[in-house]
Amino acid sequence: MSHDIYKINPEFREIMPKEIIELEENATWAKNMDKPRGIKELPDTKELLEEHSLCAGCPEAAALRYVLSALPKPEDTIIVNSTGCTSLMFPHIALHTVHSLFGNQNAVASGIKRVLDWRFPDTQKDVVVLAGDGATVDIGLDYTLQSFFRQEKITTICFDNEVYANTGGQESGMTAKGQVFKMAPTGKKFDKVPMWELAKTSGCHYSVNMTASAPKAVAKAVREAILVAREIGPTYINLYTPCILEIGLSANEGLGEMKDQDKDRFASYKHVSPEAEEYLKKCKAEGLL
Amino acid sequence: MANQGPAYYSPYPAATYEGVITPPEGKALLLEDVVDEEIAMREIARVMLTSENATIFPGPQVLYGWNEEAKKKATLIKEMAEVLNAKMIPMYDYRPKYPKIDAEVEINPNHPNLTIWHNNIKAAIFIGVHCHYANVALKIVRAETDCYTIAICGLSGHEDAMATLRDQHSHELEKFIKIAKEVKAELGK
Repeated sequence: MSHDIYKINPEFREIMPKEIIELEENATWAKNMDKPRGIKELPDTKELLEEHSLCAGCPEAAALRYVLSALPKPEDTIIVNSTGCTSLMFPHIALHTVHSLFGNQNAVASGIKRVLDWRFPDTQKDVVVLAGDGATVDIGLDYTLQSFFRQEKITTICFDNEVYANTGGQESGMTAKGQVFKMAPTGKKFDKVPMWELAKTSGCHYSVNMTASAPKAVAKAVREAILVAREIGPTYINLYTPCILEIGLSANEGLGEMKDQDKDRFASYKHVSPEAEEYLKKCKAEGLL
Repeated sequence: MANQGPAYYSPYPAATYEGVITPPEGKALLLEDVVDEEIAMREIARVMLTSENATIFPGPQVLYGWNEEAKKKATLIKEMAEVLNAKMIPMYDYRPKYPKIDAEVEINPNHPNLTIWHNNIKAAIFIGVHCHYANVALKIVRAETDCYTIAICGLSGHEDAMATLRDQHSHELEKFIKIAKEVKAELGK
């Protein structure tokens, strides 16, 4: 990508808002930075989702910020997303994003990754799928698993809020057993799908189950997953981002809910294949982690 | 030249409902009349020079130097603003702005009327705005304000503007500036 195409014409510099001039001058692109951007850049960088249109206090908005801050090369990253609450945020981020049909996101990402590798053989392009649990595990499960079987070099991040949130609260495969929602009044009859284990069985070289309660931990997992996907094969992150609206919490209770679940349904799970582990050691030695 | 399509998709009154469509190549549109380009340019210059708080809204296609034509257009638009005694307010991106825009210094296509109301703009030129967002913005402005809108478009023009010039590139902008200077001299502005 040529950065010059985003240079403001000098004739208009004096009428452009200060924040846009600053964005041009100080954006945290990998090429502008001595070392990769991270969580510490969150408070004062406009390009890391300064504003969003989700509900007040929504943990997804925080989690997306952590993900964006952890991308090793944001200017060479393409995020493929799917219909859901997350798709409301993508128009607000300074990144290439592709909105796929519901559930198709891993198939779309596979195609994009293959074409990018062919079109830009000398540039490392990262393709990251970011979708909700309905798209990843219910309706799109076939596409998700098939991309793992095919060993596509993409990272899949599931924002698991355990419900179809923006359609009124229907249960999903990721909903916990017994959970009642407005559109699931009798309670869920079977267990939560252990997607992180399915990912491992299906060939992912890196699979994590966690909540978004600890920003640094999320950023670390995202960075590791993307690096492994670059060289070794598919990676998966299952990230709990509760829908506070559907489970009856107020705007300031999302973090507490995630912390509670750190010890319960989202107790830390991490699988790293031996070759991925070897590669991550190398990355650490090279200062990429 | 556009064909008329099914109506009533838009929540706002649209010019196409009244049979107003974009002008054919080589022509321009003044309200509902197809006229010669030069006649339209004269009228546009007159309106801009005689209206309160005339403003140019440059869009991303000219604000950023993404190709040589854009860089050239930027210089010409700056000159145009000086000739027309017009202010410039940028439409630098199209994202809906939360929690609210600063209507004093920016315009957003999803609620362009706020900037026009706030600055009491009675005539405005949209230039370098991608067509799909120009269409949205012009419909809203047409419905909600008394601003005389002018589209200077690189493609086929916009029927929802009060005046539209089509196929406008740097050569045509030079021609417009020359005409605007003549009109300015005639008006003694």
